[in-house]
Amino acid sequence: MSICFSGNEAVAYAMKQINPDVMGAFPITPSTEIPEYFAQFVANGEVNTEFVTVESEHSSMSVCIAAEAAGARSVCATSSCGLALMYEMLYVAASDRLPITLACVNRALSGPININNDHSDSMGARDTGWIQIYAENNQEAYDNFIMSVPIGESVRLPVMACMDGFITSHAVENIELLETDSVHGFVGAYEPENYLLKKENPLAIGPYDISAYYMEHKVQQAEAMKSAKQRILEVGTAFEKLSGRSYGLFEEYRMEDAELAIVLIGSSAGTAKEAVENLREQGVKAGLVKIRVFRPFPSEELAKALANTKAVAVLDKSEGFSANGGPVFAETRSALYDLKERPYLINIVYGLGGRDFKTEDAEKVFARLARIAATGETGLVYTHMGQRTREAIV
Amino acid sequence: MNTVYDLKREVEKPARLTGGHRLCAGCGAGIVVSGVLRALNEEDRAVVVNATCCLEVSTFMYPYTAYTDSYIHTAFENAGATCSGVEAAYNALKRRGKVDDTVKFITFGGDGGTYDIGFQSLSGAMERGHDMVYVCYDNEAYMNTGIQRSSSTPQFARTTTTPVGSSRQGKLQNKKDLTEILVAHNIPYAAQTAPMGNLKDLHTKAHKAIYTEGACFLNILSPCPRGWDYPMAKLPEIIKLAVDTCVWPLYEVEEGVWRLSYTPKKKLPVEDYLRSQGRFRHMFQKGNEWMLEEAQKYVDQKWERLLERTGG
Repeated sequence: MSICFSGNEAVAYAMKQINPDVMGAFPITPSTEIPEYFAQFVANGEVNTEFVTVESEHSSMSVCIAAEAAGARSVCATSSCGLALMYEMLYVAASDRLPITLACVNRALSGPININNDHSDSMGARDTGWIQIYAENNQEAYDNFIMSVPIGESVRLPVMACMDGFITSHAVENIELLETDSVHGFVGAYEPENYLLKKENPLAIGPYDISAYYMEHKVQQAEAMKSAKQRILEVGTAFEKLSGRSYGLFEEYRMEDAELAIVLIGSSAGTAKEAVENLREQGVKAGLVKIRVFRPFPSEELAKALANTKAVAVLDKSEGFSANGGPVFAETRSALYDLKERPYLINIVYGLGGRDFKTEDAEKVFARLARIAATGETGLVYTHMGQRTREAIV
Repeated sequence: MNTVYDLKREVEKPARLTGGHRLCAGCGAGIVVSGVLRALNEEDRAVVVNATCCLEVSTFMYPYTAYTDSYIHTAFENAGATCSGVEAAYNALKRRGKVDDTVKFITFGGDGGTYDIGFQSLSGAMERGHDMVYVCYDNEAYMNTGIQRSSSTPQFARTTTTPVGSSRQGKLQNKKDLTEILVAHNIPYAAQTAPMGNLKDLHTKAHKAIYTEGACFLNILSPCPRGWDYPMAKLPEIIKLAVDTCVWPLYEVEEGVWRLSYTPKKKLPVEDYLRSQGRFRHMFQKGNEWMLEEAQKYVDQKWERLLERTGG
């Protein structure tokens, strides 16, 4: 069924079709509409979810953790400072191996306060032990949220299904919906092996874990994250059979013979694809890699995809303050290390706090890559896009 | 429930907080928790929720749990929300036919996790009215981290962050009255109790809290031998003194109706209570008589106010 939905509406609709046991709800721009839409589904009797309207994001994540531990499939949504307030609990969710599904509508972090899109919220949570899947558009936001449920539950890790705030969450697009019965069949019932409310076998969760055991638990978590990669591909294949839409760890766009490539995440991919098309018409061998799955990071696969390029620009929509480039750059550079012949690699931080990223911006990046490929001179490796000069600010 | 309280019958029930946990000898928390869990009907299951605290690290050290019931701890400041989540799951699974028996939800937090860092989470859970009991075992400081002051620490008490020095001696502020704040949430049942004597008051209130529908709150005095500085064998005596001096009055508020649970035969001077603990030792030094007067005045005022409310 084709329908015109905003990204938030698409995710809320996916939640409705999943009909989870419990939802923890707290508003924050730009994810607020998700619990609003869902509240209406509850009010209309279209779902029979226990809808818990808590007093903070810390509590919404706590409710989801406890509910999931008790044997209930749980979802929630948040953005920016809300995710930051959950930070401690994100680790608890992952280390307790509770497959909660969280819609993260990406927004810049304070301060100064800014409500627009960048990836600093979820990138700040990249080491919390959550699987992270990013959407380019409304269709992907809907599809990714549905796929996140079986992915997380099969490896017992929580999943953050991310989309760009406003650009995706509030823009309206035509998307294809699955039938609700198909969604039910696809996600199945949540049947954990052990849970708090299981009658036959009481369970204790969240121990004080001493040094004699803690590390084994962390290694098990790391192994689960490693195994998630294969599982994400399998779920993608099953989803393709159902929907006709294909999903991998990342999308390669015109990469088959690309010499110059951009690597980025999220809605900017649509813009960069337009630039790739323009350049291809001019005979430039441009290509794009859109990272879909950032955790687990598809290191070997990405290295293979970039192996035959001459110059690559990694575009980070968050500033990691490492003084050494953004997080996507750090991962990509690490992924390329094992290649015998590596492309030149630069990092451009862009779009912070909702600053526009236009087709001509992507074309400028490709122009710079062309110069680098021709001269072998990368210049500054780590830069920020479109900055006013100090003189202009004065 | 048998309406006549019988200590012998109660202690013969299988323990739901089993022995072998690592709480200190002379600690109030173990008695409080086992006492509250004993108030569950034997046939009912429970999920115990715990804030990070002495109790948590002492009763669930991997791979051993001291509880016979299901148990969850997630963090320090969110026990109210954590219990809300378990209760929400119960409602959802019951509605969907996946759970068919009665499960009760009991949360334990120390005063740090309840009066301070977990206050918002507690307030939210009470306002939403989850069918649960939140039990604060109040030992009047952050004992798990080594005796730092909390908003529950009484005035003048010595802690490691309110030490006794030449220009300041002990805590400057009075204790926050959390029970009153919880009463102001208009919950169906809130009470203050202590593990005193034959535990009848604690047992009766715990049973009422567990089996009253909606969000209920118990504030239970729980002395700490390390933080309060008393010989461990003195635990029952100190609890009795707290109640008989009216430092810790026993009362309950049921559907807005205040009721005094215990009136001391002879209201003892607060000094008797203060003298029993090292944390108040400096109050008895020459020149500090004003502290004893202040402490007495404060307790008298609170007690008078309580009598007015309970119609005593």
